[in-house]
Amino acid sequence: MDAVSQLQRQFVEYTTSLYREGYLDDQFTQLQKLQDESNPDFVVEVVTLFFEDSEKLLNNLTTALQQENIDYKQVDAHVHQFKGSSSSIGAQRVKNVCVVFRNYCDEKNLDGCVLCLQQAKNEYILIRNKLEALFNLEQQILQAGGSVPMMA
Amino acid sequence: MGVIAVANAPLHVLAVDDSNLDRKLIERLLKTFSYHVTAVDSGSKALEFLGLQDVEKLPSFAPNDCQPEVEVNLIITDYCMPGMTGFELLRKIKESTSLKDIPVVIMSSENEPARINRCLEEGAEEFFLKPVRLSDVDKLKPYLSKNKRKNNDEDECVSNDKSRLKYDDVEARSMEERKTFPENQSC
Repeated sequence: MDAVSQLQRQFVEYTTSLYREGYLDDQFTQLQKLQDESNPDFVVEVVTLFFEDSEKLLNNLTTALQQENIDYKQVDAHVHQFKGSSSSIGAQRVKNVCVVFRNYCDEKNLDGCVLCLQQAKNEYILIRNKLEALFNLEQQILQAGGSVPMMA
Repeated sequence: MGVIAVANAPLHVLAVDDSNLDRKLIERLLKTFSYHVTAVDSGSKALEFLGLQDVEKLPSFAPNDCQPEVEVNLIITDYCMPGMTGFELLRKIKESTSLKDIPVVIMSSENEPARINRCLEEGAEEFFLKPVRLSDVDKLKPYLSKNKRKNNDEDECVSNDKSRLKYDDVEARSMEERKTFPENQSC
């Protein structure tokens, strides 16, 4: 098997595993459908916005939960935003943590919130690493002269 | 021999969302259908763009809304936004004599029946659950073409079909023909 085919197979296997393990959901596929010759970097651009938003929100959440008098409405507002952006790119596991997180905010449960924040950070780092690996694979395929397989 | 004189400008959608990620997404979705898109990050910016002035800021003798300078064929707005919510924006648009006929669509991440009903009752045409998809944007077509035809009431449509007459023609028609000719048809 030549280098391009090998890379393409790796790409397909990796992408499939991300869906199977719940890291990504169908919304990510929807994003890929919006990428074409006139918008060749659309997915990377959107995911980059997600990375920027996420880091800002996770910092805000850390600060908000360290306050003496916690403003749970503010915490909830940040989580709501995080849930929205993760949902918009198909980052399913991050979104699911946010759902639980919002329930703890409603209950003003500090321990629950602190736990969820840690989980949100972990899931964010995981999906960031995996998406970066995916984009890296795409680049390798393109540089080897091949085309990136379309996932159905 | 028939000539249709209608404007061919692309349809213009105003998108309102405080999330830059979601603005990028909705803009791309709309452009897939070749709509011209203006994206703003708040309800107040949307109203400013639409030419709707804050009533308090106007002198007392001025009408409470101005004629918008840009034509907008549809407004799609997020529900949850800091400051003015999408619902409040919807309400202000429907209260405005110059803007009330522009179709408004609401987007929200929350699937709350009470919220959905409130928006539809206030005059929203559709309520989309986020994340919005191509199949959702596809549903906007009827709202956009209806409005377009309304704005082009002045244009005359002359068809090759001899059984139809120009709408302001006084030539007599049979009762049967008159009954089946819809009043709001301009051509």
